[in-house]
Amino acid sequence: MTEIQNFKTRKFDFASFFFSGLTGFSTLLILAILAVILGNIIINGWPNLTWHFVSTIPKKDFFDPATTGVLPMIIGTTIRVFMMTIFVLPIGVITAIYLTEYAPSGSWLTRIIRAAVNNLAGVPSIVFGLFGLGFFINFIGRNMDQLMHNPGPVWGQPAVLWASLTLAVMTMPVVIVATEESLKAIPMGLREASLAIGATKLETIIRIVLPQALPGIMTGGILAVSRAAGEVAPILFTGVAYYMASLPGKLSDQFMDLGYHVFVLSTQSPDIEKTRPILYATVLVLLLLTFALNFVAVLIRARVRKKLRALG
Amino acid sequence: MAETVLPKLEVTPQNPLVVGAGASLIEISNLSLFYGKSRALKDVSLKIRERVVTAFIGPSGCGKSTLLRCLNRMNDLIDGVRIEGSAKIGGHDIYAPDVDVIELRKRVGMVFQKSNPFPKSIYDNVAYGLKLQGVTSKGELDTAVEQSLIGAALWDEVKDRLQSSALGLSGGQQQRLCIARAIAVKPEIILMDEPASALDPIATSRVEDLILELRKDFTIVIVTHNMQQATRISDETAFFYMGELIESGPTQKIFTMPKQKRTEDYVTGRFG
Amino acid sequence: MPQQQHQGKLTSGWMGIHRGHKARPLEWLAEKFIFLVSLSTILMVFLIFVFVAREALPIFLGKENSALIKPVIPPADIDKLKSEELRAYLNLTEKQFQKMDRETKVDLMLVKQEAQSEIPERLLNDPDAKLNTTEWGAMLKPRQWASYNKPEYIWQPIGQIHKYNIIPLFVGSLKITIIGLLFAVPLAVGAAIYISQLARPRVREVVKPVIEMLSGIPSVVVGFFALLIMATVMQKVFGYETRLNAFVAGVALSFSVIPLVFSIAEDALTSVPRSYTQGALALGASRWQTAWQIVLPAATPGVFAAVVLGFGRAIGETMIVLMVCSASVMSWSIFDSARSITTTIAAEMAEAVAGGHHYRILFMLGAILFAVTFVSNMLGELVIHRLKHKMEGKR
Repeated sequence: MTEIQNFKTRKFDFASFFFSGLTGFSTLLILAILAVILGNIIINGWPNLTWHFVSTIPKKDFFDPATTGVLPMIIGTTIRVFMMTIFVLPIGVITAIYLTEYAPSGSWLTRIIRAAVNNLAGVPSIVFGLFGLGFFINFIGRNMDQLMHNPGPVWGQPAVLWASLTLAVMTMPVVIVATEESLKAIPMGLREASLAIGATKLETIIRIVLPQALPGIMTGGILAVSRAAGEVAPILFTGVAYYMASLPGKLSDQFMDLGYHVFVLSTQSPDIEKTRPILYATVLVLLLLTFALNFVAVLIRARVRKKLRALG
Repeated sequence: MAETVLPKLEVTPQNPLVVGAGASLIEISNLSLFYGKSRALKDVSLKIRERVVTAFIGPSGCGKSTLLRCLNRMNDLIDGVRIEGSAKIGGHDIYAPDVDVIELRKRVGMVFQKSNPFPKSIYDNVAYGLKLQGVTSKGELDTAVEQSLIGAALWDEVKDRLQSSALGLSGGQQQRLCIARAIAVKPEIILMDEPASALDPIATSRVEDLILELRKDFTIVIVTHNMQQATRISDETAFFYMGELIESGPTQKIFTMPKQKRTEDYVTGRFG
Repeated sequence: MPQQQHQGKLTSGWMGIHRGHKARPLEWLAEKFIFLVSLSTILMVFLIFVFVAREALPIFLGKENSALIKPVIPPADIDKLKSEELRAYLNLTEKQFQKMDRETKVDLMLVKQEAQSEIPERLLNDPDAKLNTTEWGAMLKPRQWASYNKPEYIWQPIGQIHKYNIIPLFVGSLKITIIGLLFAVPLAVGAAIYISQLARPRVREVVKPVIEMLSGIPSVVVGFFALLIMATVMQKVFGYETRLNAFVAGVALSFSVIPLVFSIAEDALTSVPRSYTQGALALGASRWQTAWQIVLPAATPGVFAAVVLGFGRAIGETMIVLMVCSASVMSWSIFDSARSITTTIAAEMAEAVAGGHHYRILFMLGAILFAVTFVSNMLGELVIHRLKHKMEGKR
């Protein structure tokens, strides 16, 4: 609209036109990349996504398009993400409550906690994998084995429990940041009203603040799940299996995983042309799992932000 | 109006800061409040009597709201606030180290400038304070909710929709709901921080009528910007300027024969 | 409320406010609990550092020895050694050493002797076989290995003699990261300028979350896309020789960096006070001039922080690079393959023997990576923090 007025009222401004075009083009290009990736996967994946495919446990040679399926991978990914949520949500939410409701602003300890949260968010995922191996498996797991006098390694080896814990550490900042954002969006007046009636701080948080923050906490949980579901690097050494004949039944079992399966199908296939359809279908399943969740989270988050802005 | 119930009072030059005479409930002496290094209140000394309406007036930033929030220690919520001097209620220093702030706030209720009902039902808003105190009996809660809503002159308007959201009420109704919520826990003192400043004239006059009604049962301290409002509803008035208490006394005296030049300038509208 | 309720309540009722400081022990406990839980984030960062560095410690301290041929002490000489020396020779922990009786120790020495005697003849006179490849010199400086005709940087942790020169990995990581940033930063910052300054609010509301959705695509999916589609298309377009190379990896990497750089830069640009832009617009500047001359300079630190954090993200990205290129050739050409630090860890950890030198070197790479991202994160956050402070002061 401004552009049109400019044309009418003043000389054609080439620089303005050029740079507006350039930045607009950047935006379009990013959108195009997203569209091409998604479009390509949906177009090629959708026809191959059959009920048989998602409900079959594959035989050892899972590269054969006729007999393969991704049921154990879907189950494996779901289990590890679900367990991670159990670990990460309470810790993340409580930390966010401390940071927004209790932490004295400007104290050095608060700043260190915030710095730690930011740092956790920036640690490369492969380093989380190393941490899981070095801490959970080699330190905790082996010591558990020793204490329990297990004849062979039971806990001192990759397991779904360790993978979930590693992912929980990794996604903690996601939950903390989202929860904090929603806690901050709650007007101070509500807390004051509750305190002025004689509620304690804890009663105020439990009865007034948390119910209001629930959508934000859910967003945080969903974002964490979506992030974790697609991550492969942290589970490489902590629990994922190339192939397992049976589904995981114990916490100390390994598991198969959708993301890792995408990696295996793309890089280890004996005949990539033959496996291409199942590869696309697997990617689509993974995307549906992670991306759909992410989409929901982004929508909720946009609404929370809008509310935040409206409250000033 | 207010002056009919006021007892005759003596303000001596030796004790100019006594508001009214008779049984004083709140005694503030040499109270100073600091936000970090800046001083928001300077040596305020004031007595507030039981079951009258006391108005705090003064230009914005004069410290009247800050003083009000000292009386139920809401200032504790702000980082870096420091207080010197003392504030006593019923002879007990509310800043004594063994005071339980929660217990204090149960006895000193508060109504805020911006109405802030909880995003719950009307019923739950009023019952909130009682539930906190461990009241669980449905009958007891029902009675208390009804009485409080009647007390806040809201019962007739909401009795058919107690379970609907409080956020659906109009601004004036919300503010009266907040008053009902405050009186439900039976405090002895109600602090009001410009309770009608966000309301239209009709809603304002209803809230003012309510305050005059509540005065029979509660000690009310109200901060207001509106000088007509102060004359309409308060028995006694304290004028603040730049963190200091300039003058206090019976309302009609403050407004008709102020002793201080600054008070006169303010009440006659020369600044503020 | 009946009037008489208040009779005589003037002072008597107020005694109740004196309940002592710890009137509510549960509340107090809960607060302490919440506080302790919040400390867990600090604990996590600390543990990550400790446990990644712990496994790499022998390398950092120079205690690991990967030389194929080591001096052999015959079992008969067991009494000539001090117990400390013997423990070091047998590579045992204090606990293990104390538990073992003399006979087992002798047996262990025998095993060592036999292992050394099994080394093929051709290697016995090879100077490479006596080299401890986990020394800093061997890890950083080029070396002319047997059968090579000039000194070279080589990472080759297989065969008889493991070659652990880490320079090719750093070059590979940097190469891919820089290509990734060269693509991501202009695009993301351009889009951030457009969205924050030029676009209509309606467009902004839709496009911003959509771009942020890009970060929701798992990196294996981006890797898959780059491997199957992009690599082929780009080879056709540019006509280079190696299909999978640093260039493809870098471009694919930029997809995961763009949303991060975009959000931070957009935040920084939006936080520039309205008064700045309105002042400029009132003076007759065009929207573009305002964005370029007023807003961008004010938000430069934020854009810088976005780039720094983008760097941290790019250098730590694993799966995309792992899938697109992985040969560890030492080359600065962007159309050659390259192997990054992250890729090396991911691809080789499965083969490495736990506790062995290969395993420890991979952990060392992880520790270095952690340190690099730690510094870039701190730097980025510091700049953002300062900027926010400044902008809030001026609003």
